[in-house]
Amino acid sequence: MTDTTVLELVSPSALLKSEPVEMVVVPGTDGNFGVLPKHSPMISTIRPGVIDIYAGGKVSERIFVAGGVAEVNPERCTILAEEAVPVADLKADEAQARLEAAEAALKSAETAHDKANAERALDIARAQIQALTN
Amino acid sequence: MASLKDLRSRIASVKSTRKITSAMKMVAASKLRRAQDAAEAARPYAERMGTMLGRLATAVGSNEGAPKLLAGTGKDDVHLLVVFTADRGLCGGFNASIVKAARLKAIALKGEGKTVKIICVGRKGSDALKREFGDNIVARYTGIEGKKGIDFSSATEVADKVLALYDEGEFDVCTIFYNKFVSAISQVATAQQLIPFAGEDVDGEEEATGSSAVYDYEPSEEAILADLLPRNVGVQIFGAMLESSASEHGARMSAMDNATRNAGDMIDRLSIQYNRSRQAQITNELIEIISGAEAL
Repeated sequence: MTDTTVLELVSPSALLKSEPVEMVVVPGTDGNFGVLPKHSPMISTIRPGVIDIYAGGKVSERIFVAGGVAEVNPERCTILAEEAVPVADLKADEAQARLEAAEAALKSAETAHDKANAERALDIARAQIQALTN
Repeated sequence: MASLKDLRSRIASVKSTRKITSAMKMVAASKLRRAQDAAEAARPYAERMGTMLGRLATAVGSNEGAPKLLAGTGKDDVHLLVVFTADRGLCGGFNASIVKAARLKAIALKGEGKTVKIICVGRKGSDALKREFGDNIVARYTGIEGKKGIDFSSATEVADKVLALYDEGEFDVCTIFYNKFVSAISQVATAQQLIPFAGEDVDGEEEATGSSAVYDYEPSEEAILADLLPRNVGVQIFGAMLESSASEHGARMSAMDNATRNAGDMIDRLSIQYNRSRQAQITNELIEIISGAEAL
């Protein structure tokens, strides 16, 4: 019996996942990090990217998140995601459309606030496309 | 004394009113179930966000460099009240109680010589407040609840507005007013301080499990806090919207239930009155005929 840690994936509208996993790789702002059972406690922000859930030494599930925060302690790994979609449900053309919309928004952005929002949307769209190509 | 025809049409009209109120009650009941599910589904996120923030807030403490959203602006001259009401009426005291709470607060603040600004979410709130505080209302939002319930993006819209105002130094303290859902027949008007962040619940239990461990922060406490605090505002507003919508449907359901019952009582009363006067009329006619016959 392998050790497991509890992965909790929560979005603002629902508790998406709460189950024991062997390992999960989280796209932190300062680089990806893997969480195994008995990980030392930490809190990290997440950049747009893919969460890989491992079972039996292989990736069993890939979930795209558009950013958020992760809290890790020895028993569990809690991820608060703004938007979470399984990679299998992502559509290439939708991601492309999102990228174009974000680029257009960035061009027409006037205030710093709008610009920051558009840049974030652009990052998300780019990460989605990257998730699809890998 | 109403004639028989008057009574008949009165009964018919009360009956159709009863049909309408009982239909509204059933619609509210099904919406309530959905809204309640949504409100419950959103709770884990808000809870975890709260504990995480509480932990971070204690870690950063009241350092010099603490973000403004946590430490406040150092003043409390301008207060922003965000009032969550329904777009529609016919839901008992739902809108009135929240408007009353906000009004009392606004008057109290004004009495202390502070400036009050108001954001109204929901049409009924702005209708009720605009006469007295028309000049204080800085923004209003309606049509929050779409066909599929409440979307997080509408909460983000309101949150962005609040944060933009805060960045511009338009207010110092932000309080939200909403009806907290307790059960279908009970809603509590609640005021909650949103900005600066009031670290209420790093409670005893959390203290025992969480804070004993020393957390690593990546990139840094301040960076995470700067990212998390604005997000928390959105989450709190979203939570308030969901609670408020569940409360609205609950309040409407019980109001319509009462209305249906009252209409039933009224129909009973009117039917008795109708039967009595019909009987009286017949008796009267009989007496006339009999006395007429005897006179001959």
